[in-house]
Amino acid sequence: MEIIMAFVIGFLFMAAVYLILSKSLLRIIIGTGLLSHGAHLLILTMGGLGGEAPPVLNEGAKTFADPLPQALILTAIVISFGVTAFFLVLAYRSYQELQTDDISLMRGSDEYE
Amino acid sequence: MFLLQVLYIFIPMLAAILVPFLYKSIKNIHTGWFVLAVPATLAIIYASYIAKVAKGEVFQAELPWIPSLDISVVSYLDGLSLLFSLLITGIGSLVVLYSIFYLDKHKEKLHNFYVYLLLFMTAMLGVVQSDHLITLYFFWELTSISSFLLIGYWYTRDASRFGALKSMMITVGGGLMMLGGFILLYLMGGTYSIRELIVMAPNLVEHPLFTWSLVLLLLGAFTKSAQFPFYIWLPDAMEAPTPVSAYLHSATMVKAGIYLVARFTPIFAVSELWVWLVTAVGLFTLFWGSFFAVKQTDLKGILAFSTVSQLGLIMSLLGAGAGAFHVNGAADSVFRFAAFAAMFHLINHATFKGSLFMIAGIIDHETGTRDIRKLGGLMSIMPLSFTVAAIGSFSMAGLPPFNGFLSKEMFLTAMLALKEFELYGFDTWGALFPIVAWIASIFTFIYSCYFVFRTFTGQYKPQQYAKIPHEAPIGMLISPMILAAFVVIIFFIPNLIGDTFVKPAVQAIQPFLYDAPGDIDIHVSAWHGLTPELFMTIGIVIIGVLLFVALPKWQGLYKLFPRSLTLNNAYDKIMQGLDVGLNRISRLYMTGSMRHYLLYMFSGIVAIVLGTLFVKDAFSISFEGAAPIRLYEIILIFVLVIGTATTIVAKSRLTAIIGLGSVGYTVALFFVIFNAPDLALTQLVIETISVALFLMAFYHLPKLGKREERMRFQLNRAIISIAVGVMVTLIALSAHSQKFIPSISKYYEETVYSLAGGGNIVNVILVDYRGFDTLFEITVLSIAGMAILAMIKLRMNRKEKAHENK
Repeated sequence: MEIIMAFVIGFLFMAAVYLILSKSLLRIIIGTGLLSHGAHLLILTMGGLGGEAPPVLNEGAKTFADPLPQALILTAIVISFGVTAFFLVLAYRSYQELQTDDISLMRGSDEYE
Repeated sequence: MFLLQVLYIFIPMLAAILVPFLYKSIKNIHTGWFVLAVPATLAIIYASYIAKVAKGEVFQAELPWIPSLDISVVSYLDGLSLLFSLLITGIGSLVVLYSIFYLDKHKEKLHNFYVYLLLFMTAMLGVVQSDHLITLYFFWELTSISSFLLIGYWYTRDASRFGALKSMMITVGGGLMMLGGFILLYLMGGTYSIRELIVMAPNLVEHPLFTWSLVLLLLGAFTKSAQFPFYIWLPDAMEAPTPVSAYLHSATMVKAGIYLVARFTPIFAVSELWVWLVTAVGLFTLFWGSFFAVKQTDLKGILAFSTVSQLGLIMSLLGAGAGAFHVNGAADSVFRFAAFAAMFHLINHATFKGSLFMIAGIIDHETGTRDIRKLGGLMSIMPLSFTVAAIGSFSMAGLPPFNGFLSKEMFLTAMLALKEFELYGFDTWGALFPIVAWIASIFTFIYSCYFVFRTFTGQYKPQQYAKIPHEAPIGMLISPMILAAFVVIIFFIPNLIGDTFVKPAVQAIQPFLYDAPGDIDIHVSAWHGLTPELFMTIGIVIIGVLLFVALPKWQGLYKLFPRSLTLNNAYDKIMQGLDVGLNRISRLYMTGSMRHYLLYMFSGIVAIVLGTLFVKDAFSISFEGAAPIRLYEIILIFVLVIGTATTIVAKSRLTAIIGLGSVGYTVALFFVIFNAPDLALTQLVIETISVALFLMAFYHLPKLGKREERMRFQLNRAIISIAVGVMVTLIALSAHSQKFIPSISKYYEETVYSLAGGGNIVNVILVDYRGFDTLFEITVLSIAGMAILAMIKLRMNRKEKAHENK
C-alpha cells in the first residue's frame, strides 16, 4: 500500500507545484492546499499504514496504528489552516487594493531602487 | 619598559584623538605645531636605539591581544625595523613642518588632515615593527585606509575621489592576497612569528603550499609598492595634498612592499621563483617607470613615475640580494652589494624624493600651476627652490657629488654580478639585466633633467602664471632644505650611514650570512677605481645629455603609444566591465517575477535531492512490511486523482475550488481508512471552513470573476512540476524501504493509561506528552486571527499613504 501511496503523493506534489507556478493568486493558494494535503499524507504513509485498530485503548486490538504521525499531522493541519486562512484574506485584500489577481503584474514599485 | 616599546607605535593614534579638540578650541595657532611634537618625539626615542642596534642587538616587546588565538601585538626592533621607523618619524616630522606652511589654517579642515596623518603614522610604524603576521596585516590595511582618506582629502574634487578609490581597490586587493599568503605561512610553520618562521625556513621549502604563499605575499608587496602592472594607482594618488604625496607616496607607504620583501627574504630567498620574480619585476618596473616619466607634463606626475621606477630599482636589488643565498661564499662575492645597495638607496630615495615633492608643492603653491608646459624661467625668482630641486634631481640621476651616485654605482655592480650568476637560467638571460638597467638609468637621467630645466630655466613668461611667482616663505623651505642637505652629506660620509643604519638592516635581510652587523665587509667610496660601472655612468651622462637636448624632436614618439593599450585604460575597462556585466547578470535572473524565483527554487531542490540520491546510490524499493492493498483504498485513490486533475485542468476557478474540496474530503476518508479518527474529524471540519473561505475570496472578485480562462500550458512548468513529483515519490520509496530503527510509539501505547490516565493516544500525545507543540499551534491560530482582523480593519487612507512615503 505504501508504494502506491508514494506515487499518489508524488502526483499531489506535481499538481501542487504546477498550480503554484501559475499566474493567478487564487490558483497558487489552491496549489498550497494540495501541497499540504500531500505533505500530510506523506507523514502518515511514512509512519507506516499497518495496524489493525485506531490508536485508542480499550479496543482489545493487538496492534495500533502509529499515534505519533497522527499527532504531528493534527498539528500540521491546524497550522496550515491558519496560514491558508491568512493568505486567502491577504489575497482578497490585494484584489481590493490592486484590482488584479495576476502576480505577473505585481512587481513592486521602482520607487525604492 | 618593554611594553613601552609597543606603546610607541600607538602614540600617534592616541594623539590623533586630541587633534579635533585642539583644532576647535585653539584657533590662533596652526594645529600642525601641536602635531609636530608627536613624530619629533618618536624620532628622538627611536634615535636612542641606534647605537645598540648597530652593535647587533634586537629589542622585542609583546602586548597580548587575543591570547586564546595566539594573537598579540609584537614590536620587534632590529636594523631593518629601526631604519624604517626612523624614516617614518624623521620624514614625518619634516612633512608635518612643511604642511604647517602648505595648508592654510583658515581654508582647510586641518583636524581631518592631521587625524588621518597620525593614523597613518601608527599604521606604518606597526607594519615595520610587527613580528606577528596577523597584526602586521592589521596595520597593513590601516595604511591602506588612512592613505585612502588622505588621497581623498579634497573630497569635493572628482579626481581625488577617483584616485582614492583606485588606490584603495588595488592596495586592499593586494593586501587580501597577502593575508592569504600569511595564513598559508602559518599553516606551514605553525607559528605567526616571523622570527620563528625564519629559523625554520629550510624546512618550509619542500612544503606544497610554499609556492602559493610566496606568490600571494609578493602580490601584496607589488601592489603596495607600485610595481608593474600595479603601479597605476600611484600617479592617480597625486591628487592628494603635496605633503601627503611626499610622505606616503615617496618615502613611506610605497616602501611597505619593499619592507615586506626585505623582511621575508630569509624565508623565501631559497626559492628560484622568488629570485626571478623580484628581480625581473623590479627591473622591468624600473625601465617602464623611467620611460614613461619623460612623457608626463605634470610635475607630480613625473615624480610619481620616477618613484615607481626607483622602487623597481630597490626591488630588483632585493631580488639580487636574494641571489646571494645561492652563491658559495656570498660574504666575499659581489652579491653582498645587492642588499646593501637596496637599503642604501632606500635612504637616499627617501631624502631626495621627499625634497623634490616638496619643491613641486612649492612651485604649485607659488605659481598656481604644476603643468611643465607652462612653467619656465623660475631660476632667478626662486633661487632656493632651484638649488634644492637641482640637488634632488642630480642625485636622482645618479651624479656626483650626491648620494644617488653611490647607490647607482652599487646598483650597476649588483646587476653586472647577476650576469655571472649561473643558477636558474640566469646564465642565459642574465646578460639582459645590466643592459635594461643601463637603458633605464639613461631615461632616469633624462627625466631628472627634464624636471629641473623645464621648470627653472628657459623663458620667463609672467602672463602664464595665475599668481605672481615669488620665492616661498622660509618655513616651507626648511624641510626640503634639510633633506637636500642630507643628500649632500650622505655622499661625503657614506660609511657612517652604512655602519649605523644600512649594515644592521642588511644583517636582518641576510641573517644566514653574517653573525653581526660588524661582519659586513663593505666600504663605500666615491672613487672606486676605473671599473665597468664608472664607464657605464659616463655613458649614461653622455647619451642622456644628447637625448635630453634632442628631446623636443623625439618626445612625439610617446603620442604613438595608443591610449587604448595603456594599463589605466585596462583598469577602467575592467571596473566598468565588472559594473556593467554584473548588473546585466543580476538583471538576467532577478526579473521581479515570483514565478521565475519559484522555478529556480524548485529546480534547485530537485537538482540537489536527485543528485544526492544518484551520487549516494540511494534508490531502492522494498515491499517488506508494507500494508496490504484493499479495494476501498484503490477507489479513494481514483477519486483523489480525479479531484486533483480537476484543479489543474479546470477552466473556472470555482471548479478548481470544488476540486480542492473533493481532494480534502478524500483525504479525510483516507484518514478514516487508515485508522486515524481524530484526523478525519479535524480534516472534515477544516476542509469545510477552508472551502468556505475560498468561496468567499472567489465571490468578492466581481470584475475578475467574469474573465475566466484556462491555465495556459507551459512546458517548463510541466517539466519542473513532474520532476518535483518524481522526486517526492523517489524519496518516499527510498525512505520507506530503508527503515533502521523501530518506532518509539510502543512506549506511548504502554504508558498512555498508566502514566497519563487517558485512552486516546493521539490526544494524550497532543496535550500531555508533547503539549508544547499544541501551545504554540494555538499561538499560530491566534496570530493568524489577529492578523486577519488587522488586515481588514486597519487601512491607511491615501493621504496618509502619500505622507508616509515622504
